[in-house]
Formats: sequence, structure tokens, C-alpha cells
Amino acid sequence: MKLPEFGRNLSVQAGLVAAAAFALGPLAWMASVSLMAPGEATQYPPPLLPAAPSFGNYRELFVQAGMGGYVLNSLGIATGLTLSSVLFNVMAGYAFAKLHFRGREAVFKALLAALVIPGQVAMLPLFLMLKQFGLVNTWAGVILPGMASVFGIFLVRQYARTLPDELLEAARIDGAGEWRIFVTIVLPLLRPIVVTLAMFAFLASWNDFMWPLIVLTDSSLHTLPVALASLSREHVQDAELMMAGAVVTILPVLLIFLALQRHYLAGLTMGSIK
Amino acid sequence: MTMPRRRAFIAGAAGVAGATLGLGGCRRGDADAPLRFWAMGREGEVLETLLAPLLREQPRLRVRVEKLPWSAAHEKLLTAFAGDATPDMAQLGNTWIAELAALGALLPLDAGAAGLDAADHFAGIWRSNEVDGRLLGVPWYIDTRLMFYRHDLFRRAGVPSMPGDWPGLVRALDALQRSGVAHPLLLPLNEAEPLLALALQQDDPLLRDGGRYGDFRSAGFQRTLAFYIERFARGHAPFLTNNQISNLWQEFGRGSFAAFISGPWNIGELDRRLPTELQGLWSTAPLPGPVPGGRFGASTAGGSSLVVFKRSHRQQQALQVLAFLGRPQTQLHFHALTGNLPPRRSTWALAPLAGERRAAAFLQQLELAKPTPAVPEWERILQEMQLQAARAHRYGTPVADAAAALDERVDGFLAKRRWMLARGALRARAA
Amino acid sequence: MNRALAGWVFIAPSLAVIGLFFVLPVAAGLALSFSDFDLYALADLRNLRFAGLDNYRQVLALPLFWKALGNTLYFVVAGVPLSIGLSLACALLLQSPLARFKPFFRTALFAPVVTTVVAVAVIWRYLFHVRYGLLNAWGASLGLAPVDWLGDPAWAMPAIILFSVWKGFGANMIIFVAALQAIPLELYEAARIDGAGRWRQFVDITLPMLGPTLLLVGVLTMTGYFQLFAEPYVMTQGGPLESTVSVLYLMYEEGFRWWNLGRASAVAFLLFVLMVAVTRGLMHLARRTEEPK
Repeated sequence: MKLPEFGRNLSVQAGLVAAAAFALGPLAWMASVSLMAPGEATQYPPPLLPAAPSFGNYRELFVQAGMGGYVLNSLGIATGLTLSSVLFNVMAGYAFAKLHFRGREAVFKALLAALVIPGQVAMLPLFLMLKQFGLVNTWAGVILPGMASVFGIFLVRQYARTLPDELLEAARIDGAGEWRIFVTIVLPLLRPIVVTLAMFAFLASWNDFMWPLIVLTDSSLHTLPVALASLSREHVQDAELMMAGAVVTILPVLLIFLALQRHYLAGLTMGSIK
Repeated sequence: MTMPRRRAFIAGAAGVAGATLGLGGCRRGDADAPLRFWAMGREGEVLETLLAPLLREQPRLRVRVEKLPWSAAHEKLLTAFAGDATPDMAQLGNTWIAELAALGALLPLDAGAAGLDAADHFAGIWRSNEVDGRLLGVPWYIDTRLMFYRHDLFRRAGVPSMPGDWPGLVRALDALQRSGVAHPLLLPLNEAEPLLALALQQDDPLLRDGGRYGDFRSAGFQRTLAFYIERFARGHAPFLTNNQISNLWQEFGRGSFAAFISGPWNIGELDRRLPTELQGLWSTAPLPGPVPGGRFGASTAGGSSLVVFKRSHRQQQALQVLAFLGRPQTQLHFHALTGNLPPRRSTWALAPLAGERRAAAFLQQLELAKPTPAVPEWERILQEMQLQAARAHRYGTPVADAAAALDERVDGFLAKRRWMLARGALRARAA
Repeated sequence: MNRALAGWVFIAPSLAVIGLFFVLPVAAGLALSFSDFDLYALADLRNLRFAGLDNYRQVLALPLFWKALGNTLYFVVAGVPLSIGLSLACALLLQSPLARFKPFFRTALFAPVVTTVVAVAVIWRYLFHVRYGLLNAWGASLGLAPVDWLGDPAWAMPAIILFSVWKGFGANMIIFVAALQAIPLELYEAARIDGAGRWRQFVDITLPMLGPTLLLVGVLTMTGYFQLFAEPYVMTQGGPLESTVSVLYLMYEEGFRWWNLGRASAVAFLLFVLMVAVTRGLMHLARRTEEPK
């Protein structure tokens, strides 16, 4: 290999390694500190590795701070939201792509316009409205508003447009009803985007912070991000405990991402190509 | 996927979603459900232990304690009220009683039914629980702010004990700086209590005209503000928030600072968290006062009360818990667990408390404890006061300008109150 | 069911949810912003007054609003180019034929994006600690004085910017990678034959071809950054000295801390108007720069 080319090769690799260190460094530090003894991390100079790694912080989190409950809350809410929003969005996305009805384009354009409005504008009145329904401090109060996702409909529509019309026409000629066509033909074809959408929905719900913070007043109903924020305000001095909490919050989504990253990245790219 | 399985899958998904929504929407409003009790900080941590004897006495009574951090408690209480999701009973900082009373959230209490006697309590504290002649809260513990200090570091600097006046304090802090403690006095920038305590030492009230306008431009407050800012300017206090301190007790033990202003719960915390060799090295003392030659100055008359919410479906059970927590034996147990000070004189007379050295300083300070104005907007005014003080130091604003700016903001906060008072919708208490 | 009806039936659930839980509250929010709904009104609706444009006037006269706006704009103006620059640089590195272990690096660089903001904000809060944080420790080993990242009003926003860039650059990077892959290689070949160096190729081929993607990424990142909230909430609570109060944080405080819902709604709508204006401006600018081509 010629020297300038070797140099370029090296600098490209070095650049990537530096970027990866930047990206992963804090996460690695988080894992390391979570295994340290209480008080170990607040020393000067700050240690990088635990002297005697132990799971004591995790034990305290689950036994004292009730982390298990928060995991269940996050899991329950994220699952409920994912299942319902995927169902609704796939139906709507398919309809906008393949079913002709009057006003279809107008309604879709209106939905796109709604994308511009930041969700926070709706938060205060939504809170008051949920209070009227008695849904404050319930899982439903978190899930129901979360199902309103224009981005999900958009994503499904993009993908559904690539479905061959002939297949659907043939089924209609055979006398199949619209619902049957949807279930038997369309859904299997849409499987990749359904998986992507489910992933997006689950991740977004798991990581959601502001709305659950507002709606869930009982700390026993808190999701992981809300519980972690509350713990971090109260236990600002217990760095090791907080890092263990951060690990518990981040690890599930990281694992899901690692397992299904192909779908996630494909969906992200597709959503960006208008 | 074959067709029947697909159908089943969709049905299952819809079913699970529906069930989650349904269960999620289920509210626990039944009388069988446990009593919901919200408590903050250290008190929240010990509450279950404290209630254990009552739960043994009354097996059918079930209490679910929910612990809130102090920093989020005010927010959560209001959110719960706004969202119609208040607990059955709660611990409440007694400065918040006025606010929740204005909202009509609290159940008027019958002291006799709770086994309580007004005469057995400190008068000022009892009064702060009364609104329009009705008792809305029962004092749980009383609280004031005083000095916690490392008397070994003070003696090393040539100061035998906490001085009684401001000039004495300044001399002591200078001496400590010379002896090697760079920033001897901790005044966290995001805590309003120290400044409030110093402000209450002046004779001028903080609000005027029945709580309609701010009076921070009074000479008294300006003196306090100048004194407070000077502590940072001279380096006596570090310009830090308590988030940046990381671990207060660890740093106190390490001697990063020699004194801080705090409340009775820290007696218990320091006892628990400091290593044994450091245990005998700290003391408490009343706050130095502005008058030269005085023994000590005033401080805040705080504390927490127990309240029951009007919308609770379990009022009888809540009153049972209230009565139990008011018993002198329970209060003594509470003090042992937290270091908090009981509100009943009869409890103070009981053996372990009567002889305790560090609690004695609190009893002394309580004689000169002044309440804060009882307006619902007080929490916000307090935060603004602290903010303006920190800004004045950071940007070098003259004290008079900072005080005027503060008054302007406070007048804005109180605008709606003025309208409501003019309408007769509110009755002004003596602020 | 016939086809036309089917269409409506299929979109009905989504539309119902969006209508009920989004459109309706937004309209109600607009109405709220014209009233002085606050704690007293929460207790008793008779305490509610119609306020007309008073809330808007009061908000626009509030120094804290302008401070929040300034903070938010600081965040957007400094953060967006930084984030896009880093994403583009990493995308170019990943796309380079010289790079090895691409899948690993792609995953590693994207990992921060899927993490929970609250959790990583907690991590970075410790990294930024003035005495025990790693950042200052490394700075010290390089001879730099310790920076009070979260305690000094001048450094708090840069700290949050650094954190946000770390969190988000992976997402834009992936989009850039896809866009770069779509550039036909023949263009580069032709340029190389014409004697153009790597920098020329970048400026004349890569950048123009990335134009639409740059615009998309720019708009997306910008709209996201205008909605800054979680980071100040977890790391600084708007401090020190209100230097990290963003417009949305202000809305949260007014609305959910002090319960001035009328005022808070006004802040929310002002933010909305601002975002629309800036987005429109950006797209207009983009169209203007494209026309000469």
C-alpha cells in the first residue's frame, strides 16, 4: 500500500474510532459506575473502573426503590401503546395509499399540516380534558393521546403505495370484502413496515418523558424515565445508584435496537425520503 | 401466517390493547383500597416504620405511603389537585396550607376528634394551620432553620462557639478563611430558606397591605440582602447550588465547608451518615442576629402539617391515622427516627428529648421563630426572591435596584389576589 | 362494505384519536390563551376572566420570555450546525471505501439516539460535575482550568448543546448515509478523470446532491431543537440563573408549576408561530438558493 493511501486509511479508521469513543464513552462509564460502591465515584481524580465491582446498587434499586414496578409500568404502557397505535396506523396508512374515497387527499394534507404543530401546545388542555374523563393518573391517560401519530400513518402510506394494485383488484374481482383483503393480502406484504412501526412506537413510548410526567401523579404508576428523573432529584448525591437506574432504563431499548436495527434504520431512511 | 392465525393475532392484539386501556382506565376509588398517604423526604422514608404499631392495632386498616422528593412535592400536589387525583391525606409544608385552602382542597378538621388540644401546641404553629377560623391541618413536626457547624474547625480558627450577631459571624468567617477553609459557610444558591431566615430577622414585613403588594424594598430587607450578597462577594460562601455539592454530609465531614444553615432532619441524617470519628465534632446553634451584641436572631417558623383532602373517600380512616400520629409516644418515636421536632409541649417534656443537647438549640431558636406571609402565591415569591439575590451577586446589581426589581415581579404575581380581594372572593388574613 | 365506505372505516379510528386527543386540545389551548385560567379558576370557575390578548401582551412584556427565547435560539443556532456537521462528517467516514467494520461503527454511532433522554441526561450531569466529573478531569490532565459546566451561567447552555449533539447526531448520520449511497459513482469517476481533487469533488458533487437532504435534516433538527425541554428539566432545572430556560420549559413552569394555564397556553402558541415562521423562512431561503441552478 502506498504511504499516502495508508495515511488516509489510518485517518479514516482513526476518525471512526474517535467518533465511536465519543458516542459510547458515556454509556461505558455509566455501566462502570453502576458497579461501584456508594461514594466511590465522587473522588478526585474520578475513577474509571470500580475497585470491587458489585451489583449492590441494582439490589438497592429493586428492593428499596421499587424499580421492578417501574419496569412493569414502562413495559405495560409501551406494549399497550404499540399494539393499538400500530393497528390504527396500519389501517389508516393502507387506506390513504390504496383505498379511494372522496376527500382522501384533502384529509391527508390536513394531517400533514398537523405535523407542524408541536405537541406541547395541546398538553395543558389535554390534561384538563383527561381530568374530566377521570383518566388522569391512569395508564389509559398515557396511552390514548400517544396513539395519535401522524408520522406512523405517513410511514405506512409510503410503503403501502408500493403494493401492486393488480393483486388487490384480483382479490376484489374474486368477491373478497375489503377487510378480508386487508387481513389476508395486505398485512403480510406490509410486515416489514409493521415491524419498523412497532419498533418506533415501542421505543418512543418507552423513552417518553414529558407527558407521563404530567399525567401520572402516583409514583407507583411512574414509568422508568419519570421515576429516574424523580430519583435523580432526590438522590443527587448517590451517583452510583443513579447510574444503575440509568442502565436499567436504557438497556432494554438498546437490546431491542441491536436485535432489530435493520428494520429501525430502514424505516428511518424511508421516512426521510419524501 | 395462515389466515386463522392472522385473524387470531389481530383479535388478540386488539383484545390486549383494549384490556390494557380498560384496566388502565380503572380507578381505585373503592373503599376497600388502601389509604393513600403522600409524604416527603426523610419523613416519607420512615413513615411505614412509624405506622407499624397502628397497623398492628387495626388490622383492617391499610395504608399506602407514597414518597415524594421535596423538590417536586409542591408541583405534584397541585397537579394532583388539578387532575382530580389527590391522595387521601398528605404531609404538607405549612406554608402551603394557605394555597391549598384557597383551592378548597382540604377537609376542615375537628381537633377534639383527633385527640388534639390546641393549648398543648406552640401558638404560632397552631395558628398557621387555621384558615378563616377552621382548622385545616394538624401540626406534625415543627421546624426552624439554624446553624450546623464544625466546632472543631471553628476552634482551630480561634472562634470558641457560634457568634450571636452578624458582625461576630463575619469575623468568624474571616478567621476560618485564614485558617484554611476557603469557603466556610454553605449557602446553596437554589435554597431560599437561609435568605428567608435572615430576612425574617428584620422588623420590616416582607409583604404589605394585607399581602397585596411586595415590600422587599424596605430598609430591613435591603440590609439582609446586602449582608447575604456580601457573603459571596467576600468568598465566605461558594457560589454553588446544592446539586453541585453532590453530597452535603460527605463534604461537611471532609471539611469543605465549616457551617451550613438547615433544619432538624439533618440531625438524624448526620448521625446516620457521618463516620464515627466525626460524630462529636459538630454542633447546632441559633442563627446570629443583625443586632450587635444580641444573643441570637429570629428564624423561620416552619414545619409540616398533616392534612386530609376533601375529595377523599376514606376520611374516617385518615382521621384515625391523624390521631395516632398525634400521640406523644408516636411523636417521640418520630423524633428518634428523624431528628424532627415534635409540635406538642407534652412531648418535649418526655425523657429522652428533654435532655438532648442538639435539640436544645432548636427549642431556643423556636422562641424567636416568625411565620411567613400566608398567601397562596408565597412559594413563587420565595423562588423569585432567591433568584434575584443570586442574580444581584452575579451581575453586580446594586441592592436597591435588585429589591425594586423583586418588588415589581412580586406585585405581578399578586395581581389576581388583589382582584379577588376586591371582589370579596377572598378574605385577607393578616399577612 | 363498498370501497369508498371502507376507506372511511379504515381511517376512522386514527382520525378519531387524532381529532379527540390532538385537534380538540389545540383548539381548546387557543381558547385558554385568551383567558386568565389559573389556580383560583381551577378551584372555582367563577374566578375565570376573559383576558383577550392580555396574556400575549404580558408574555411579550416578560423579560423571562425573551431570555427563554434567546436561550432557545442560542441552542438552535449553535446546536443545529454542530449536529449536522458532525453527522455529515461521520456519514462521510462511514461511506468511505477505506472504512472497515462499518456495521459495528454504524451501530455504535447510532446508539445514543435510542437511549432515554432522562437517563443519559443523568449520566452527563455527573460527567459535567465541576470537581468529580470526567470532563474536567481530562481537562486538568491537559492543563485546562476546571469549568463549572452546570453552575456557570455562561457554560450551562454550551454543556446542554454538547449533550444534545451527542444524543442526536446518529439519526442525521443515518439519513446522510442513505443519501450518500444514492449519489451515482459515475459522477465521481468523471470528476476524477477531469482532474478534480477530493475537496473539489466534495464541493461540486457531494454537497449539491445532498442539497434536499441537508434541507430536510436541517428542518427536522431545527424543529426538534426548538422543543428543548427534557435536558434543562433533568440537568439544570432552568438554571443557573435562568440561563437554560427554554421556551417550552417556561411553558411547563407557568402551566404545571404555577398553574397559570392561560399564560402558558399563550407561550405555547407563540412558540408554534415562531417555529412555523422559521421553517417557512428556511424553505423559502432554500428555494431561492436553488433557483440559479
